[in-house]
Amino acid sequence: MKKIFKYVVTDILRNKIVLIYTVFLLAASLSVFGLEDNSSKGLLSLLNIILIIVPLVNIIFSSIYIYNSAEFIELLVSQPLKRKSIWLSLFTGLAASLSLAFFIGAGIPVLIFQPNTIGFTMIAVGILLSIIFVAIAMLATVNARDKAKGIGAAIMIWLYFSLLFDGFVLFLLFQFADYPMEKPMIAISAFNPIDLSRILILLQLDVSAMMGYTGAVFKDFFGTFTGIAFSIISLLLWIVLPVWYAAHKFNTKDL
Amino acid sequence: MIIASNVTKQFGKLKALDNVSTTCNRGECIALIGPNGSGKTTLIKSILGMVVPDNGFITFKDKNILHHWKYREEIGYMPQIGRYPDNMTIGQVLNMMKDIRNQQVALDEDLVKAFSLQNLLHKRMRTLSGGTRQKVSAALAFLFNPSVLILDEPTAGLDPIASELLKEKIIVEKEKGKLVLITSHVLSELDDLVTEIIYMQDGKLLFHKKIELLREETGESKLSKAIASVMVKSLYEKNI
Repeated sequence: MKKIFKYVVTDILRNKIVLIYTVFLLAASLSVFGLEDNSSKGLLSLLNIILIIVPLVNIIFSSIYIYNSAEFIELLVSQPLKRKSIWLSLFTGLAASLSLAFFIGAGIPVLIFQPNTIGFTMIAVGILLSIIFVAIAMLATVNARDKAKGIGAAIMIWLYFSLLFDGFVLFLLFQFADYPMEKPMIAISAFNPIDLSRILILLQLDVSAMMGYTGAVFKDFFGTFTGIAFSIISLLLWIVLPVWYAAHKFNTKDL
Repeated sequence: MIIASNVTKQFGKLKALDNVSTTCNRGECIALIGPNGSGKTTLIKSILGMVVPDNGFITFKDKNILHHWKYREEIGYMPQIGRYPDNMTIGQVLNMMKDIRNQQVALDEDLVKAFSLQNLLHKRMRTLSGGTRQKVSAALAFLFNPSVLILDEPTAGLDPIASELLKEKIIVEKEKGKLVLITSHVLSELDDLVTEIIYMQDGKLLFHKKIELLREETGESKLSKAIASVMVKSLYEKNI
């Protein structure tokens, strides 16, 4: 398993797209911190960039990478190797190299300008998001044999989590405006890793004071130890469940 | 050595394998013959565990292969169309396989030398011609001295010299008591290789016979003629 992991990581790190992704993140975070005189404001701007870019790049790069390694996977499957370890090496290889790219691109500037709890949370959330969207890409690609279908599905999933889900939440809020929706909203937020990450970081910033009553309820919940544990467990489940299901599917897939 | 019992596999509406049962023993060189789409490759892929049968099971040395992987150490597989990572060189592919298999056996580099692949080690896989790719596949199949060789259309795309070299190598390995499974459409070149014939059609295994028996039954000494007479007969029966 270690050997396949090594081949996957060296292959990805040589890829120019990953390099461009790292340089882009680095440029974005340095310029954001350079433009704002208040680095906590800079962090907020960076948060918005990260929540859009990181999931998009991770899910699309990973699904294209898996389709491009179809030959490699086929070659490995006919060798004395466990299917599960082939699949998990692919996942860990992708997750490790993309997390490394994120850490170099966004993590190091954050550590320089904001070496505090908020900064650390942001880096942790960014890395978790990277891994989650690699996991979701593995799920999207294992089901579809057709490349266009699989990559299309990956893009739709990203669109859903970034845009459609918020629309759906707003719709719910308006429909049930007469009811107390604050507590169910906490549960609903667990269904979207991007929202969950946003809440986790926003609540640590001062701006959460401007989010009104819902913000207060959120702060009440996510500010506590249970709340943080809840969100971290939800985020981890977003990694474990897709990877487990995809590995299970891959185990009986015909190649 | 390899026993298949009632193996059935369905792809959508197509029955690729229909209740296939057979036994393959060591020291034999078995030819898998049948029209296009008769399920030869699917049978081979089931033995390798690349395709999981819907029904029935396959045993390798008396062990069910389902969800096992270790047994593949004893198999050398040459695919019909060798597909390799595009941006790796031949040398890297060879090294990677040695690294992954990591077997404590003497490597058999006869074919690497015979095909003079060592002069092409720096070439990237995507720049290779179909024939060179086949040579790499063949070299890889024999590299780890496996006790079972599974060759899917081994000579398709090879030049006459290379396919002659490969045939000689197959005969040498067969003499060592290895089991060799070959599919091919070029029957004339199987004549001096094979000892048994498996004939498949529409996913069904029609017969598995010693070659002498087949020659006797059909009265033809050439394998191609013998098979042709069987094919004509089975088509004739089908039409009735």
